[in-house]
Amino acid sequence: MALTITVNERRESVTAAPDTPLLYVLANDLALNGPRFGCGLAQCGSCSVLVDGVETRSCVTPVARVEGKRVTTLEGLAGYYAKLAKLSTAPALHPLQQAIIDEQAAQCGYCYNGMIVKGAELLSKIPRPTEAQIRTAMNGHLCRCGTYPRVLAAIQRAAQVMAEVTR
Amino acid sequence: MNPLSISSLPRREFLKSGGALIVAFSGFSGANMSFAQEPVAPGLRAAGPGPPDARLIDTWIAIHADNTATVYIGYVELGQGASTALLQIAAEELDLDMSQISSVRNDTHVTPNQGATVASAAIERGGPTIRAAAAEARQALLALSSRRLGAPADRLTVSKGVVSVAGNPGASVKYGDLLGDKPFAVPFTGNAPQKPVSQYKIVGARHPRLDLPDKVSATYVYVQQVRLPGMLHGRVVRPQGQGAYADGARVVSIDAASIAAIPSARVIRKRDFLGVVSPNEWDAVRAAKQLKVVWDVPASLAGTDGLFDQMRSAKTIDSVIAEKGDVSSALARATHVVNATYRGPYQGHMPFGPNCAVADVTSDGATVMCSTQSVYGTRDKVAKVLGVSATSVRVQYYEGAGTFGRSCYDDAAQAAAMMSQDSGKPVRVQFSRADEHGWDNFGPAHLADVKVAADASGRIVAYEYDGWQHVWSTIETSEQLALGTPANESPDGTSRNLNKITLGSMYDIGNLRLNNHRVPGIKGYLKASNLRSPLDVSFAFASEQAVDELAHMAGIDPLEFRRRNMSDPRWLGVVDAVAKAANWTPGRAVASTRRSHGRVVTGRGIGLGTHMSSYGAAIADVRVDRDTGAVVCTHLYGALDAGLVVNPAAVENQISGQLVQAASRTLKEEVTFSKTNVTSLDWNSYAILRFGETPAVTPIVVQRMDQKSTGAGEEVVAAASAAIANAFFDATGVRLREYPLTASRVKAALARA
Repeated sequence: MALTITVNERRESVTAAPDTPLLYVLANDLALNGPRFGCGLAQCGSCSVLVDGVETRSCVTPVARVEGKRVTTLEGLAGYYAKLAKLSTAPALHPLQQAIIDEQAAQCGYCYNGMIVKGAELLSKIPRPTEAQIRTAMNGHLCRCGTYPRVLAAIQRAAQVMAEVTR
Repeated sequence: MNPLSISSLPRREFLKSGGALIVAFSGFSGANMSFAQEPVAPGLRAAGPGPPDARLIDTWIAIHADNTATVYIGYVELGQGASTALLQIAAEELDLDMSQISSVRNDTHVTPNQGATVASAAIERGGPTIRAAAAEARQALLALSSRRLGAPADRLTVSKGVVSVAGNPGASVKYGDLLGDKPFAVPFTGNAPQKPVSQYKIVGARHPRLDLPDKVSATYVYVQQVRLPGMLHGRVVRPQGQGAYADGARVVSIDAASIAAIPSARVIRKRDFLGVVSPNEWDAVRAAKQLKVVWDVPASLAGTDGLFDQMRSAKTIDSVIAEKGDVSSALARATHVVNATYRGPYQGHMPFGPNCAVADVTSDGATVMCSTQSVYGTRDKVAKVLGVSATSVRVQYYEGAGTFGRSCYDDAAQAAAMMSQDSGKPVRVQFSRADEHGWDNFGPAHLADVKVAADASGRIVAYEYDGWQHVWSTIETSEQLALGTPANESPDGTSRNLNKITLGSMYDIGNLRLNNHRVPGIKGYLKASNLRSPLDVSFAFASEQAVDELAHMAGIDPLEFRRRNMSDPRWLGVVDAVAKAANWTPGRAVASTRRSHGRVVTGRGIGLGTHMSSYGAAIADVRVDRDTGAVVCTHLYGALDAGLVVNPAAVENQISGQLVQAASRTLKEEVTFSKTNVTSLDWNSYAILRFGETPAVTPIVVQRMDQKSTGAGEEVVAAASAAIANAFFDATGVRLREYPLTASRVKAALARA
């Protein structure tokens, strides 16, 4: 059936069975490379997107459930941040994306869609999270390469950068 | 951890996709098919199937008119940073800036065959070839410059690809003007003089990874994201979790009506190989799940609980891997003797994105895009299941999620190829989480009896290690099911037998014997292959724990005990480096029996590890909750001497990752199976370390500019695994000689003590 969903501030018309997981619509119909398949079980976080600002596992979310809501993927994260921070122009990257490059955090990078989306959600709720808050918030996002310590450092770095931007 | 202070990296056009998800694809119409986002310089590459002639400089390096260079590399980027480091080597020899050099996608029509990207050997084995080719290319460019500038070659200097005449600043020419997109047409002899290490500016310096900007901005295309026009989505259909390797899986019956409600889906069957395809991915997923298949599933496994008894009673093929002195009489004379049994489980690769491959098979040939560690190796395997010649298959590498050895990538490539051949359309096969967890080539289980003995002064006088394990499976599941190819095993060899480097070589021991008991692994065991630090994690867990037990028995600090028994300066170097970083305080393990019996106790341990030729040492700080049995690594320190480290920043990341993976593998990871099949099929039943439990990590690179580069991706996993086990003892006074150190195992061990 025809559905209209809003992804990264754009209204998109797609044809899909209503129970189709949002991930397949984003990846196949909208050609987005941010959300990606990891488990299909909501266990790992590689498919994460923001739905009305809340981190959501797109692999188990029926596409019909996001009608009328705003979906933000990794591709739209910098714009989403600019809007929240009331910046006149959107940066090329969300501060957390830049912090991950600055920390040289990733290895294979496959889990980083989820790491960045979840980290951005955390920073939008708690601008200066403690290490314990980061560990708790990120606990549902797995990494096989063992880069958790660097993600943690990158979130702390991004928090500092964002505090300077909005000061 | 040591934070890297790298800011504002230049965005690079490396492996760049241009953000396009749909890959332009032209089948086999042109010999030089190339992706729009990665133009291959015309006229330089071999036309048709490779490998290109390794004896020509043009196979390795191309110089472009814009004064940049392309290096054609046979090793693949796996997230380990090898592609950046190999370009550092080439840029150094060519006197180019890193911004002037790039590489291309591995492709059996384009890139040379340097063998598989395994054993952390991209730099150790691949680096010297790239260095020699770049040096020879530079020499050819200097000869051209000499003619162009009318000056002898020995008066020429090069900076950033601009050749100048010494003392005549006006006379200069760019590489690009000498050769822009034209072939060198010179042989690669390997004899060109190379830059002395003392002049290195790029090699040995920290350089940001070239692949990261695209990876964090969602413009990088992983194999899971390759989409071809007209493509079908495929899923394999198999029993939930593999049984014994020899048994494969046998279809008894298929109820086609069970997916009648999904009209877009079609079943593909080739003997016992089953799959479904559909133009709609969700339909393919649902059809694979709903298709009713009766499988013949024999109960021929021992089950997780029966595994080690099965291995010990197996009719093994025995060999002595190393022997010196007289172990038996040395054991008889020794003051302190440790005699203990250690166990390590099957563990899985479990790449975070399950394996995926996209294949387009036509009457003209086949193209397969997959995340193999060896494009040429995969080409042969795909050709076999298609029944075509290897040269009619083209394999292109797209990075997947970190694989850490031979996961199901060839299995996925074969499945996609067969489904495309059957459908007459391109097919993308995406393994499910349960496919990947259930049908992996697992790192094999290991059982060890260790005897190690010291004299009254704390000198190790005898070391005897008996180890049981099976070797690797060689036939991919898709091939086994589709062709009925009988299960077969690799021969004995490195990473499959006891490792004489890992087992005792770091210590000066006069009497040593390593007894290898090869268990026949075809009947009654799981499929197996190389998993990062292959078997060395189990070897170090056993050997370094036994050495620790001996130190404790002798009443000597475990660090001091190790130092007292070693003389190799490179082993001493990593031991001292890690001890300094962790501020090791002697005497703690000796005191462990006097530990408090509070609910939460802490401990510290040390361990050494290696794989082939590098040197790893680790120190672990752990916290144990005696009531819940929970073990947490609070801080892990790892030091690595890998000779000349080309990119210390990338190797620090490798060490950090190894430390965290060691915590995961030592505390959490274990493949479980019943008598019929593997039962650990997701991230709950096969637990890995989670974010909340991550240790702080301190990576230490022991840089040795005067030594040849060796591997940097395996050694610290082994060292840290042993360190964690020894820290557990320090915390509790109890030895746990089987990993993972799960809560139930810990509680049981503490209750017995």
